[in-house]
Amino acid sequence: MIAHSVFFYIFSLIAIVSAVMVTVSKNTVHSVFFLILDFISISCLFIMIGAEFLGMIMLIVYVGAVAVLFLFVVMMLNVAEQKGQWFSSRWDGGTHIPVGLLVSLIIFFELIIVIGGWKYKPDLLNSLSVNISTEVTNTRSIGNILYTDYILLFQISGMILLVAMIGAIVLTYRERAGVKRQSYVKQISRERDEGVDLVEAERNKGVKIDA
Amino acid sequence: MLSIGLGHYLTLAAIIFTIGVVGIFLNRKNVIVILMSIELILLAVNINLVAFSIFINDLSGQIFTLFILTVAAAEAAIGLAIIVVYFRNSDTIRVEEIKNLKG
Repeated sequence: MIAHSVFFYIFSLIAIVSAVMVTVSKNTVHSVFFLILDFISISCLFIMIGAEFLGMIMLIVYVGAVAVLFLFVVMMLNVAEQKGQWFSSRWDGGTHIPVGLLVSLIIFFELIIVIGGWKYKPDLLNSLSVNISTEVTNTRSIGNILYTDYILLFQISGMILLVAMIGAIVLTYRERAGVKRQSYVKQISRERDEGVDLVEAERNKGVKIDA
Repeated sequence: MLSIGLGHYLTLAAIIFTIGVVGIFLNRKNVIVILMSIELILLAVNINLVAFSIFINDLSGQIFTLFILTVAAAEAAIGLAIIVVYFRNSDTIRVEEIKNLKG
């Protein structure tokens, strides 16, 4: 129990500090790296609390795919020349920083009030639909209900991913001039008459091909 | 203090959520950091769902976290594609200079 508490505080401290560094750090590449650190420590918390499957999925999806995607875009767009500009040094008397801090503080205190004051519904534990069983592993129990009770949501999320993929391709696609490309229509619609030329060859003179 | 309960996880999620909101407000550098702040907010939501799922012993929260993860990945892909297209058209993604809709 002591070790659990100690590791909880360590991981949550790392998560909070790196979340602050994501928003504060001058270099965007450093922000991406702190985002990765944040995801890793939160997935450690998930594994500690008993949601191993989600922790591993967080590692694969966020660290392996999303954060690397961010890194690619940051490097592709060459935003490195903006790294010397701190957000507060650019503050030209605008109201966005005080307003932002005020709104965030209000949100934070609302959340804290809710955390301090809520109660369970009295018959909550009887009305739960899917209890976590202790006999099978976390991954197996998630699979047991993901592919039965939640199969429609699962397929809809697949559709969402498909639409996102097509959308990203359509958005970033551009025609380049002067690139030789394969044209399937031209290839398929080619007839024998335009492809093959029969030539009467005279003996001892050879064939002259002008083309 | 020593035994970690649901309140600890909810407080951690509240802190990370607030940091994400602050990041959206304070950011003046580029839009990519705003997208990262949105990812932080979604992460805080995921922490809440997983913590409730474990502490009230119901697996539905983890399933919903899985779907939130999917939607967050799709959103990041689309957002980054939009940023790439915008950078190609106007050579900047600084937040101050993106004001075409301001009139």
